[in-house]
Amino acid sequence: MSLAPAPADVALAEAARPAAPPRRRPLIAILLFLTLAAMPLAVSLGVPAHWLTLVTRAMIFAIAALSLDLILGVGGLVSFGHAAFIGIGAYATGIMITEGRSEALLILPVILAACALFAAITGAVSLRTRGVAFIMITLAFGQMAYFLAQALSAYGGDDGLTLYERSTLAGFKPFANRTSFYYVTLATLAGCYALISTIVASRFGRALRAARENATRVTVTGYDVGRIRLVAYVISGMIAGLSGFLLANQTDFVSPAFISWQRSGELIFMVVLGGVGSLHGAIIGALAYLFAEDVLSGWTEHWRVIFGPLIVLFVLFTRGGLVGIIGKLASRFGSRRDD
Amino acid sequence: MTTSLLIVQILNGLQFGILLFLVAAGLTLVFGVMDFINLAHGVQYMLGAYLAVTFVGLTGNFLLGLALALAAALLIGLALEFLVFRHLYERDHLDQVLATFGLILLLNQGVKIIWGAAPLSVPVPEFLTGSVRLMDGILYPVYRFALIGSGLAVGGLLWFIVEKTRTGMLLRAGASNASMVSALGVDIRKLFMVVFAFGTMLAGFAGAMAAPILSVEPGMGDTVLILAFVVIVVGGIGSIRGAFVGALIVGLVDTLGRSFMNDLLRLFMSAPSARATGAALSSMLIYLVMAIVLFVRPEGLLPAKGRS
Repeated sequence: MSLAPAPADVALAEAARPAAPPRRRPLIAILLFLTLAAMPLAVSLGVPAHWLTLVTRAMIFAIAALSLDLILGVGGLVSFGHAAFIGIGAYATGIMITEGRSEALLILPVILAACALFAAITGAVSLRTRGVAFIMITLAFGQMAYFLAQALSAYGGDDGLTLYERSTLAGFKPFANRTSFYYVTLATLAGCYALISTIVASRFGRALRAARENATRVTVTGYDVGRIRLVAYVISGMIAGLSGFLLANQTDFVSPAFISWQRSGELIFMVVLGGVGSLHGAIIGALAYLFAEDVLSGWTEHWRVIFGPLIVLFVLFTRGGLVGIIGKLASRFGSRRDD
Repeated sequence: MTTSLLIVQILNGLQFGILLFLVAAGLTLVFGVMDFINLAHGVQYMLGAYLAVTFVGLTGNFLLGLALALAAALLIGLALEFLVFRHLYERDHLDQVLATFGLILLLNQGVKIIWGAAPLSVPVPEFLTGSVRLMDGILYPVYRFALIGSGLAVGGLLWFIVEKTRTGMLLRAGASNASMVSALGVDIRKLFMVVFAFGTMLAGFAGAMAAPILSVEPGMGDTVLILAFVVIVVGGIGSIRGAFVGALIVGLVDTLGRSFMNDLLRLFMSAPSARATGAALSSMLIYLVMAIVLFVRPEGLLPAKGRS
């Protein structure tokens, strides 16, 4: 029984279909990870050192964007509250470090459990709706988490919480050094990428993707679409929680601003910027976004005045994101093996 | 918890609900007819408030300033429709969300550049200053009554237009089946412009009316936008009656929750922990209400007719 997408909205599906022509796309992903792995070397050869911090931060957001791509790109569920999971991860880290429990092997299970719980509850409610209502409800739940963080007066409330030490990992201190922090983040990103790619390629992932195209058909085929979506939502939330852990350690600070709805909007933009549903597109999108932010905010404190219209123009005039553009360029150069 | 405080807070809740209704009505109308999710609706509310600050300051007359602010808000709204929104009606919701999100970034920052980041305010107009004595020892500001009254009047007008006029009939028809209306020879683009102009005016009006009692600052529209989403989800997407009921529920629950949650929790908690829990719980209360409504009725309390 094939679970091929219905031909309904072919243009959209083409732009968004993950890993469709099997050869070229992993090549981009491999190149991407090789480049990232070579980054510290490039820094020792003279690339500005703050790039290492910037790329670490970009990779942290890439983990969150990647997890969002699982539900938004593959599952077709536009969640506008994804920053809540980053916030849960960051706050769990901040609170436990403040309470003297800075071992990552203690913190991470707490984060995963808390994110899974929050995702299961909010997902069970919001997945009862479709389309625009889902967008609005996830936005509202994200905002709920934001106000909850503001009300945590014991842990900084509105002002946020400064962390005076970083986590340890099995007794070692990989987060104390910039280069080792970089590699831990890269390894986490690669692990999450491998995990989500495996999920997408599995029977579960194909059912999730097929449900985006035609939920009724998938239901008739014998899958419980609601449960598949909920499981994907929970997995996605747990992975985003990991990025919150890394973010809190990198910035030595946690604040409600981590959960603001603008942050959720930025995550969506990273996914769309890279190319919806392609997974490595989310990573490219996060890198591009943080570099653009870095450059523009270096020019003017009012960088959003430039960035906002850029988003509008991007939406109006491009399809398929950066990955689509790269693909088009690649096929122009290598037309011999093209479809 | 005294009766007089309760009455005052119920009035505050009503007034907040009416304000939310004005914003949510435009949002739900635009969504219902055009299937267009406009995140920039909140910044249009904010623009209404800022324009009121400028024009009331320039003219020195509240009503004249209000009228000029509304006209300017409408012009800006139509310009946005022409430049951006018009190209998004056929796109999927993800594109609409992103493009209007970009506009929010632009306008929030733009407002900061033009008017500065510090909160501004509009003086309460002279003929609406003072308070009304409701009962012994209960005074309530006239301006807030005026706000409730004008909000109800606008709501009534909206109801009349939608239910009793030809334009309203087209709106309702468009909400059920836009392509059918178009096939019957109605210029759907013009209809969309009218709907959008309505929505913009409502948001601008709400912002301008709120300016004398709230601080006018960048980002003020974002909070209202998200509350308006909660209102729409609770009331039923695309339904103006639903928006009205939802707005009153959200306004009352939020206001009463914030004022009485502490006292309620004090009955079975120590004072400091009641304060901490109360602060957290009261800011989450409307979202809990939304979750409960959705759990019981995923389509909202009063869903629009003819939508599936």
